[in-house]
Amino acid sequence: VSTARTTEDVLRELTPQVLGALVRRYGHFDAAEDAVQEALLAASVQWPEEGEPANPVAWLTTVATRRLIDQLRGDESRRRREKTDVVVGDRVANPDTVPADDDTLTLLFLCCHPSLSPPSQLALTLRAVGGLTTAEIARAFLVPEATMAQRISRAKQSIKAAGATFRLPPADERVERLQVVLHVLYLVFNEGYTTSSGDVLQRADLTAEAIRLTRMVHAQLPDDGEVAGLLALMLLTDARREERTRADGALVPLDEQDRSRWDRALIAEGVGLLSEVLGRAPLGPYQLQAAIAAVHDEAPNATDTDWREILALYELLDRVAPNPMATLNRVVAVAEVHGPDPALALLASLDADDRIADHHRTYAVRAHLLERAGDVTAARAAYLEAARRTTSRPERRHLEARAARLHP
Amino acid sequence: MKYMLMIYGNEELWSSFPQEEFERVIIETNALQAELKASGEFVGAYGVGDQVLAKQVTLVDGAPVVTDGPYLEAKEYLGSFDIIDVDSLERALEIAARVPFARIGQVEVRPLMHEAPDNG
Repeated sequence: VSTARTTEDVLRELTPQVLGALVRRYGHFDAAEDAVQEALLAASVQWPEEGEPANPVAWLTTVATRRLIDQLRGDESRRRREKTDVVVGDRVANPDTVPADDDTLTLLFLCCHPSLSPPSQLALTLRAVGGLTTAEIARAFLVPEATMAQRISRAKQSIKAAGATFRLPPADERVERLQVVLHVLYLVFNEGYTTSSGDVLQRADLTAEAIRLTRMVHAQLPDDGEVAGLLALMLLTDARREERTRADGALVPLDEQDRSRWDRALIAEGVGLLSEVLGRAPLGPYQLQAAIAAVHDEAPNATDTDWREILALYELLDRVAPNPMATLNRVVAVAEVHGPDPALALLASLDADDRIADHHRTYAVRAHLLERAGDVTAARAAYLEAARRTTSRPERRHLEARAARLHP
Repeated sequence: MKYMLMIYGNEELWSSFPQEEFERVIIETNALQAELKASGEFVGAYGVGDQVLAKQVTLVDGAPVVTDGPYLEAKEYLGSFDIIDVDSLERALEIAARVPFARIGQVEVRPLMHEAPDNG
């Protein structure tokens, strides 16, 4: 990967600024977003040939504004209204009027509007804030471009129908709305992190994109513990990315990974972020998950992992944000600290929970605990049950290999 | 999450259908697909050619051998399938229930495997 910034990098960085300027000035988020995409496309063709303009933001804003005005005028004349001059042409942005303040957050709140489903929030965020093209997003999610185009267009209609406007949500809603934004960024990260195998060259690097967007949010809200926590979680997880799968796509469990190849710079940055906010901001699930990732990342080898610390953090996580997946992870930590039997007892408490009782992870954890307890036959059966229930092919192969290792 | 909706049936079932009912089913199917396209959930829909067109390929001593078939006594076989990309299993089931053929037969809903390691 080259470290030189490509035209694409520059364009993506400027996208929210340009879109923000347009929407603030003219409204029409829907049409403005299309206009900005057209300006980005024009730039991606012209800049490499003619060189980057002296003021890229002004260039993009001017081109996008012209497109927007053309489009709005077109709509207007189609409606055969007499007031064709309703949009004033001379309001083409001049460089000095480009607002200095950052509209990224406002845009993110809009794209992650609660009236949209998560897939729509993801798609719209990647296009309007991330500056990715519809084709790139479609490839990343392995759907036809027409499907993604429709998803984005529908998302914009829903935002309009919900009456959302281009301003920050009222203070009393902001915490809740920020959670939605962070969740969408987390989903983008996961989507990228989990698709690191396969035809990567054809697919946008969503992991890097998620980290970049979360950095932007963190720059706007440096004191927010959960924003910092999410960014730290991403960095601390991404640090292990290369070692997580073998060249053939096979999964490498944490305790078998080559720790000397984890990215120390990412780990240091993640740990630094965490220590800045922990204890100063209200505690939340992203900070706790990041803290757990940090304990793993800082252990020199698997056997020296501080499982007591991890268990304490999972207990806290299960209290702060109760959810069965956190309980399942706590089960694993209990096994490391107290042995498989108390862990199996805790796992049994999830049997009645419909959300997770039949999840492949539950079977995989049970298999792992049974293996440690020496019940080879039951462990093997549980690994195979887990393998049948996952839709991830590498995960399935991994679980089948685990089962095959255990000869009854 | 991507799901495959598989519509099974057999000659007896298809031919027991009155022509006007068949036409209605086609119209409804097209309408459902148009709706899924509009919502950005549609990935693809495919009718599968008749069983008489099926070929079986197998390797015998490393060389491909092609035979017609299957002549297995399958009670029901795959007639068509749709692929959708939706937010949840619940949504997939909701769409499956609206496949017109669900009224007379079964629509099987299966998740598609993906190459991503499970990240939990």
